[in-house]
Amino acid sequence: GPLSERRLMDVRLGELPAWLATCNFSPQGLLGGVQKAWNNYYDKYINVKRGGPAGISMLLAGYCLLSYGWNYQHISK
Amino acid sequence: MNLSFFDQFTSPCLLGIPLILLSLLFPALLLPAPDNRWVTNRLSTLQLWFVHLITKQLMIPLNKAGHKWALILTSLMTFLLTINLLGLLPYTFTPTTQLSMNMALAFPLWLATLLTGLRNQPSASLGHLLPEGTPTPLIPALIMIETTSLLIRPLALGVRLTANLTAGHLLIQLISTATTALLPIIPAVSILTALILLLLTILEVAVAMIQAYVFVLLLSLYLQENI
Repeated sequence: GPLSERRLMDVRLGELPAWLATCNFSPQGLLGGVQKAWNNYYDKYINVKRGGPAGISMLLAGYCLLSYGWNYQHISK
Repeated sequence: MNLSFFDQFTSPCLLGIPLILLSLLFPALLLPAPDNRWVTNRLSTLQLWFVHLITKQLMIPLNKAGHKWALILTSLMTFLLTINLLGLLPYTFTPTTQLSMNMALAFPLWLATLLTGLRNQPSASLGHLLPEGTPTPLIPALIMIETTSLLIRPLALGVRLTANLTAGHLLIQLISTATTALLPIIPAVSILTALILLLLTILEVAVAMIQAYVFVLLLSLYLQENI
C-alpha cells in the first residue's frame, strides 16, 4: 500500500528515510504513534487466548534495560 | 564505600529531567483496563480476580458509607503492590523508598479519615480517645497518650513503608556485594552468602506485598473507627 499507511515493521530498510518523512512529529502525532505501538504490542503478545508469562516478561525485561540505561552514568564510577 | 550503597535511592535523573514520574507510570502499562468481553485474556482475568479479592477483603468490615472508599483503597493497594514488586527487579528504582512520596500518600488519606469522623460523628470519634473501663485516675494520662498515638499515625504509616523497603533493598545490595567480593577468595563462604541472598530475596518479595497490604489495611481500620 502507500508508504505513509504502512506500519514500521512492514517498511523496507531502503524506504526508511522516506517513511520517516511522512511521519507526524507533533506531540499529538507522537502520542498517537506511541499508543498505536503499545496497542500493537499488547494485541500481539498479551491480549491472546492462551497467553503465558512471555508477554509481560518482555515488558519487564525492557524496563530493566531502560533503568540500566538511566543509571549507567552513575554506575560506571 | 558506604556512601555508594545509598546511591540506589537517589531519584533518577536523565539530563536533569526527573524520571520518577516514569517509574510511577510504568505499572499502569502492566495493568490493562479490562474491555467488556465475557472472556478476556489471561492477564485481565488474573487482574480482575485479584481486584475482586482485595475489594471484598477490604470492604467486609466497613458499613455502607465506607464503601465509597472502595475505589481509592483498592487502587492504592494495587499501586503500592506493583511498585514494591517492580522495585525488586535489577537496576529499577522504587518510588516508595522516598519518604516524601509515602508521606504524601499517608498524610492526606489519614487526615481524610479523621475529618470524616469528626464531621459526621464527633462525639464517637473523640470517644475513641478513651478506652472503655479505664480507672478514673488514669483518664487524663490516657487521653494524652491516645491523642499522641492518633497524631502519630500518618508518620507511622509513611515511615513504616519507607523503612521496610529501604532496609530490604540495602540488605540485598550489601549481601550481594559480599557474595561477589568473596567469590575469588573463599568460594565456599560465597556459596553460603548466595544462599542467604536467595532467602533474602524471597523475604523481600513477601515484604513488598505485605507492606502494601498493611498500609491499606491500617487505613481501612482508621476508616472503620471514623465512618
